[in-house]
Amino acid sequence: MSQALLEVSGLTMRFGGLLAVNNVALRIDKGQVVSIIGPNGAGKTTVFNCLTGFYQPTSGSVRFQGEEVSGLPGFRIARKGMVRTFQHVRLFKEMTAVENLLVAQHMHLNTNFLAGLLKTPGFRRSEREAMQLAAYWLEQVDLLDVANRPAGTLAYGQQRRLEIARCMMTKPSLLMLDEPAAGLNPKETDDLKALISLLRDQHAVSVLLIEHDMKLVMSISDHIYVINQGTPLADGTPQQVHNNPDVIKAYLGEA
Amino acid sequence: MKRLHFKAALLSLAVVVALTGLLLGVRLEQQGTSLSLSGATPDVLWKMAGAGLFIFLFNLLRDWIDAARGRLPALPGVPGGISQLSELVAVRRLFWCFVIAAAIVFPFFANRGAIDLATLVLIYVMLGLGLNIVVGLAGLLDLGYVGFYAVGAYSYALLAMYFQVGFWTGLVAAGALAALFGFLLGFPVLRLRGDYLAIVTLGFGEIIRILLNNMTWLTNGPNGIGGIDKPTLFGLEFNRRAAEGAQTFHEFFGIAFNTNHRVMFLYLLALALVLATLFVINRLLRMPLGRAWEAMREDEIACRALGLNPTHIKLTAFTIGATFAGFAGCFFAARQGFISPESFTFIESAIILAIVVLGGMGSQLGVILAAIVMTVLPELAREFNEYRMLLFGLLMVVMMIWRPQGLLPMKRPHLELRT
Repeated sequence: MSQALLEVSGLTMRFGGLLAVNNVALRIDKGQVVSIIGPNGAGKTTVFNCLTGFYQPTSGSVRFQGEEVSGLPGFRIARKGMVRTFQHVRLFKEMTAVENLLVAQHMHLNTNFLAGLLKTPGFRRSEREAMQLAAYWLEQVDLLDVANRPAGTLAYGQQRRLEIARCMMTKPSLLMLDEPAAGLNPKETDDLKALISLLRDQHAVSVLLIEHDMKLVMSISDHIYVINQGTPLADGTPQQVHNNPDVIKAYLGEA
Repeated sequence: MKRLHFKAALLSLAVVVALTGLLLGVRLEQQGTSLSLSGATPDVLWKMAGAGLFIFLFNLLRDWIDAARGRLPALPGVPGGISQLSELVAVRRLFWCFVIAAAIVFPFFANRGAIDLATLVLIYVMLGLGLNIVVGLAGLLDLGYVGFYAVGAYSYALLAMYFQVGFWTGLVAAGALAALFGFLLGFPVLRLRGDYLAIVTLGFGEIIRILLNNMTWLTNGPNGIGGIDKPTLFGLEFNRRAAEGAQTFHEFFGIAFNTNHRVMFLYLLALALVLATLFVINRLLRMPLGRAWEAMREDEIACRALGLNPTHIKLTAFTIGATFAGFAGCFFAARQGFISPESFTFIESAIILAIVVLGGMGSQLGVILAAIVMTVLPELAREFNEYRMLLFGLLMVVMMIWRPQGLLPMKRPHLELRT
């Protein structure tokens, strides 16, 4: 079997006496869309936080592209190509849409202090390329006409798309979306689905998704993991999960 | 609904009586070796009664006063045409050119006192602009900024005293040393946020001052360091007679000696330093680093998720801000010719911070205006010197009510996407 893009095993997170994540294992291969589902408070976002370095997991291993990343600070993990969005939109609201995208390219840009001070040709080129990449992604997510508006003034659906575009500026190989469809109307959810497919098919990005919208999850995922009360409950293809009696019980309660 | 606020008025009256009664009503007098308590003169008592009555009536009739104030004509806004005009890049450039030209020709027409005052304003502009990077752009509340100012001043003074270093070398060294201090302090401190950061930086500022005060063997302690060399213009001195091996300005150009030349030169030098600071900051704003500061101020967690190193970015802001304080400190030492730890007390930090807040956080023109206000007003109102702190407080309260965002709130240069 080829090397997995992300391989998690035995991931455990304990807050004092509370076992928030218990022995979770995940595997994502290149080009896959994998979803994590589970009832509210099941610990899905905690898993995300552990994977991206926002929490230090109590135990377990997180191997990204064959390299152990658990315990690294968040920004280092992001630089390795594992970039996430948040459950609540976290844009830089005062900055314009295009500036949001420029900030996200920080680690790829010429940040040499003297170069910027003297506006050397290399610096100008780097800035121009950043602008072009930003324009390209604004077009991809259909936000080109609001490029120069402060991000905080955009409509909610637009903000969601801008956040995904912002992640793409970091040139990730794994995109982690935390409830991207929350608060979107059915049409916007369809657009989101198209966008995720586009990212996977044309930009070779794998996606790890936390989502409550079952229609979206079932139609797009290659593999689904179900977590209940921090513990893995089931996993498999959408079809397998859909028919799993344990999953139905966890979602609907004992009959 | 207008009604009499009897309870609030009584309460205010009680506060006035308690405060004035303790502060003004009784006096300690020395009689030989013992102290005795005596009441105030009738004159003071009448004034206290007047103040009490005023506060009482003001609170009692508050609704009517508010209504009357509402009927006052609003402050005239800037006409639409002008504000549109100021958006144009060409008009802005022209405006700045005029301001700079005016600032350059100013010393040739003003008297000595005015030039001196203007130089002081420029020092505060430089300090304000430097602190503006830390507080206004990066959003880190630094209450010990004066510490870096002191480091800059003492770097030059000590180097000049022990190693006979000239002003220009000293300027570079002062900037570098202040930057080093900013960097070293920033490392442990920038893990803290908000209020905690403010307290630690406040402590740091005081530590530097107390160290300078107590390391008598090095810094001469509270006696300060005197006889610091004035800046030279490419080796030309501004003295009546040149030191050995040097040449004076008036001899070189064959003009009569005039003590004003030095004052003018210092002013122009300060102006050049301020312009350099403005240039650097404006470039920084348009650089990835400037954008990262802004982003960090808005949402640190999102920045981390995008691979920006928060410590690194904050540290650069802290270090660059400290560098400008170092330059300002070096210039200050050279201009005064004498420095002592007295010049670097906490109140200086507070004034610089007040300049930044008054001007509008992050706004450069605002900081310049505020520096002028904060430096020139106390000079004009010398007879109110005792009430200076009271006036500062009043000014701050008025600002918070009238313009909480500062005199000229920041308008960041937005990068535009053109297609």
